[in-house]
Amino acid sequence: MGPAALVRVPSPMESAVLTLDGSRFPRRTCSSECNLESGRSNREQNSAVTRPLPVAHYGLNVLEFTFLVWTGSLAAGFLGALTGLGGGVVLVPLLTIFFHVDLRYAIGASLVSVIATSSGSAAAYVKEGFSNIRIGMFLEIATTLGALLGAFLTAHVPASAIAVIFGLMLIYSAYVARRTRPRTETPEPPDSLATRLKMNGSFPDTSGIREYNVYRVPAGFGIMFGAGALSGLLGIGSGALKVVAMDQAMKIPFKVSTTTSNFMIGVTAAASAGVYLSRGYIDPTLAMPVMLGVLIGSLMGTRVLVRTKTKSLRLVFSAVIVLLGIEMLLKGLTGKI
Amino acid sequence: MNTPQITGLLKQKVQEWYDQRMENIIAQLLRAGVMLAALVVIAGAVLYLGAHPRAGVSYRTFHGQQPELRTVHGIVHSAFSGQAQGIMQLGLLLLIATPIVRVVFSVFAFAIERDRMYVAFTLVVLSVLLYSLFGSFLIA
Repeated sequence: MGPAALVRVPSPMESAVLTLDGSRFPRRTCSSECNLESGRSNREQNSAVTRPLPVAHYGLNVLEFTFLVWTGSLAAGFLGALTGLGGGVVLVPLLTIFFHVDLRYAIGASLVSVIATSSGSAAAYVKEGFSNIRIGMFLEIATTLGALLGAFLTAHVPASAIAVIFGLMLIYSAYVARRTRPRTETPEPPDSLATRLKMNGSFPDTSGIREYNVYRVPAGFGIMFGAGALSGLLGIGSGALKVVAMDQAMKIPFKVSTTTSNFMIGVTAAASAGVYLSRGYIDPTLAMPVMLGVLIGSLMGTRVLVRTKTKSLRLVFSAVIVLLGIEMLLKGLTGKI
Repeated sequence: MNTPQITGLLKQKVQEWYDQRMENIIAQLLRAGVMLAALVVIAGAVLYLGAHPRAGVSYRTFHGQQPELRTVHGIVHSAFSGQAQGIMQLGLLLLIATPIVRVVFSVFAFAIERDRMYVAFTLVVLSVLLYSLFGSFLIA
């Protein structure tokens, strides 16, 4: 492995030559001498003839950068699972605002970690017996098609617009999570479409088995398409919107909505992941610490969740999300992203 | 309750029992998939970090991932020739595959239940996923 890696890493001089050549882009990773070249490369960048050299802008080396990103992702995954707000939503702002990562790389890394949390925590959710696989599978038709559209849009929508949408989405998801809404249960006759789609079900409750009916399937399907598109555009799980579609529009019990949403998030994300991959948005050197951090963090979070009261933590994390949302919004509006 | 109502309820119960069992198997499968993916990513990471830990990094400007790490074929090839980045990307590819495997499994599970409608729905979802992974570079 050692020799192979050495062969593939061009020396600073080679990088510069290749860049001036315009024949191919230099690789981001290079030997330590590259750091010395940073001043020169930045000047060259301004000349508009050359591409920026792959050098450290923040004076961090690979090891330090990877460790910091891993730690940040671990915290995001942990808090996201603990508060039920999802860690994916803060990853992109974390990477773009604090680590100065290009929005597309950040979105790619975030999306991959969303799959990791969804698939990794499936076992914990399934054990409880809340999720409804039919509702999930039917609505996934909408979310995957939406995700495909969103992923294609990512390449055509300017980064600043994506940042604005992202900011609004962050603020909205914090708002949705904060709202406590006692739903008045008014028994209605079963919906004929939902019955034909075999969506009505039951789940274990404190007082035995509780039956439920599903309503307004077309409305839920429509919102799910939107949730999928946002997921593909922003590289997030968009769990908040999925829960809104099921819990609010389709009147599915909250516990069933949240667990079914978790099941759907992974499949939705996989639909845009293929597009991201072929576009080159998924950089293994960045996605590696993000994915490993979020995965371990969220697994820890779900463990702790069972025996902690999370109300105040939820409030704090919501506040963080709102602040990040405002920051993203401003960055997008001022075109600084 | 009249007889058709009772049979309907019974059918729903059987369906739920089936779904629950199916979900359990799928969940185990997913967890195994994620763990395998994570192990492969870690293996690649050890090689990558060990090879040039003091190199500079920047993700500030986007120039896209190198072409060989953008397709399934390229990633597999790169990983098996021992490239650290290829191995990490293979791990990520395995991760992306876990929900796809889940959907494949659901096709069979619904087929065993003789639920043609849901077999059809699941196949639609599966074809979108496969298109994204194998076909999207055609228009990308």
